[in-house]
Amino acid sequence: MKTAAKAMGNERTMATETGRLSKYFEAYEEVRAHGLEREPVWLQQLREDGWARFSARGFPSTHDEDWRFTNLATLAKTPFRRAAKGEFAVSPAQLEPWRLAGAACQLVFVNGHFAPELSDLGSLPEGLLVCSLAKAIDCGREECAPEGIEQHLGRYADMSRDVFTALNTALWEDGAYLRIHRGVTLEQPIHLLYVSAGAGAEIATHPRTLIIAEDASQAAIVEDYVSLGSEAAFSNAVTELAAGQDAVISHFLVERENLASFNVSTLRIEQSRNANVDSHSILLGGGLVRNNVHPVLNGEGAECLINGLFVGAGRQHIDNYMLVEHARPHCNSRQFYNGILADHARGVFHGRIVVHKDAQKTDAKQTNRNLLLSDNARIDTKPQLEIYADDVKCTHGATIGQIDEAQLFYLRARGIAEADARNLLLYAFAAECLDRMKDSAAREFVEGLIRERLQELASAVQAAAPAATQEDETQNWEEVG
Amino acid sequence: MALLEIQDLHASVDGHEILKGVNLTVNAGEVHSIMGPNGSGKSTLAAVLARRDAYEVTGGRILFNGKDLLEMDPEEAACEGVFLAFQYPVEIPGIGNAYFVRSAMNAIRKYHGEEELDAMDFLPLYKERMKLLEMDEKFMSRSVNEGFSGGEKKRNEILQLAMLEPKLAILDETDSGLDIDALRIVAQGVNAMRSPDRAFLVITHYQRLLDYIATDFVHVLVDGKIERSGGPELALELEEKGYSRAEADVQQALPA
Repeated sequence: MKTAAKAMGNERTMATETGRLSKYFEAYEEVRAHGLEREPVWLQQLREDGWARFSARGFPSTHDEDWRFTNLATLAKTPFRRAAKGEFAVSPAQLEPWRLAGAACQLVFVNGHFAPELSDLGSLPEGLLVCSLAKAIDCGREECAPEGIEQHLGRYADMSRDVFTALNTALWEDGAYLRIHRGVTLEQPIHLLYVSAGAGAEIATHPRTLIIAEDASQAAIVEDYVSLGSEAAFSNAVTELAAGQDAVISHFLVERENLASFNVSTLRIEQSRNANVDSHSILLGGGLVRNNVHPVLNGEGAECLINGLFVGAGRQHIDNYMLVEHARPHCNSRQFYNGILADHARGVFHGRIVVHKDAQKTDAKQTNRNLLLSDNARIDTKPQLEIYADDVKCTHGATIGQIDEAQLFYLRARGIAEADARNLLLYAFAAECLDRMKDSAAREFVEGLIRERLQELASAVQAAAPAATQEDETQNWEEVG
Repeated sequence: MALLEIQDLHASVDGHEILKGVNLTVNAGEVHSIMGPNGSGKSTLAAVLARRDAYEVTGGRILFNGKDLLEMDPEEAACEGVFLAFQYPVEIPGIGNAYFVRSAMNAIRKYHGEEELDAMDFLPLYKERMKLLEMDEKFMSRSVNEGFSGGEKKRNEILQLAMLEPKLAILDETDSGLDIDALRIVAQGVNAMRSPDRAFLVITHYQRLLDYIATDFVHVLVDGKIERSGGPELALELEEKGYSRAEADVQQALPA
């Protein structure tokens, strides 16, 4: 069984050439043709670089250390195609369940294209620019002049290391562009809703988000991935967030796509002096999810919080790859990831901290805690510290456990039914991530999503309990070499 | 009908028999103290009554209010009115004290077909009972027992007792590790809860607690059996002579 799977794996690695990538090549041709007419040369160049890197390497295999625990065979062999703008109609009513109450504004993208008719720009406060990235490059207004974008777009996310970033750079068609002007504080969150709606067709999208938080600005941004149907989609998102001096930014990633979908998202954060950035990843949906978070603390006194919760059931596979780079002295980073895995779900936490030579007085901390609710659930957790400075404080820790029987009994001994007690304990574990979020509409929003997801999970786990024995051999996404 | 009737109870943990035929009858309104040396089975008895499933009952029966207690889950026993004040209260990070107690109260109310309490009905009562136990209101929003001192944990147990108003309250060595002030406060909470339709089973190693809680009966548990029963004077005698005599008697009685 093992050998067969391995052989298949090798064959797959070799087959990542033209045949399987032809859909991506078609998409690239279309995007490039469109770009030749309308896009500045620097952007065309960027796309070409991206394509060259992706086509040279294809999708990574599990022999690649960064992808050791995540098999992309199914992703590679699914013929995901590009969707044309307006190809699949979505009505406002269909989006009703996915709104964020209390948002300052909501930008909606359908299959990677901006949908102004579905978006709600509300009444935006002064000093805030929120629009489609493609439009901003195209429109030539001074405020969104492409030069301002050129300085940032593609300057942070690393194409040479990561083929998904390369693929996104080659193929992105749109995404949100936010610029929060110097000293501006935005009270309510900005909701970016990325919708997959293939109506049965398997669509790949490559959303590109650019967030420029100027000095001393403050804002919260919620990047939210959802699917309307049950067909598989592939979302390959890249977000670059540049936080200026003293900027205070909270970024939320919410993954709640259907269980057939693939989501690879990369958040690259560049922090200037004293910039304070929180990244909250709330991963509840998706069949195969890879969540890359990569802050670079590139100014003295910068601080980041990398906070996450991932909840998997069925055969969900959720891979978190953290790379925290300390490039300057006196920076703090905190990583807290909690995972809850049921059924055959599988999680990965890869926490890499790099402390560069000049980054003295670095204070970096990493904690990954996991709850496994079934014998078949699995977590691979891997800390990785690379320290080139000599006066630093780095700690890491990981725990893997089940629901605590003593806690469960304590709750039951007070009259709380077993199922409710389990639910309470699950929620308490998940809620640790909520405690690290500043009070806001965004926090309330994700709190509701987490409650809902755990409720589902608790009833599913209970319903599944009597028939505990299932065949074990047909793992979908994995087989580690 | 007695509130609690334990008949020839045998129980084991990991295959070791701990309780070897306990008989005990408790009526509503009474306070019974169970004393005995370490390892005699006091906490096992408490755990069996609270229906902890690591303890296997191998013989005998327990009637609570005429119902078979051994047929009940822990939550069912709690809803029927059994309350155990834990010897080692568990910390539960992430669940607030007030939320926890309200969930418990509502679970019990639901079991009896009563309407659930909302926060507005609940909080005044909770605050009032906190005063009785001299607990600061900041404990309301803190996670259950998390970071509490030993004394705070025990007070929190009695606070829960005061909120849930059980028919039978079992205090499992609630006094151990308490300084005299904390002991006084705990006893004050217990005394305030005494009533003609509530019984207490006070498990303790020392007579000290009984200076503060007036007991009606004292039972001495040795090697899984109640060796002697008597009035409060028995506690004083044990304090004076220790358990050693009773233990020695049992040692002799056992085959080598």
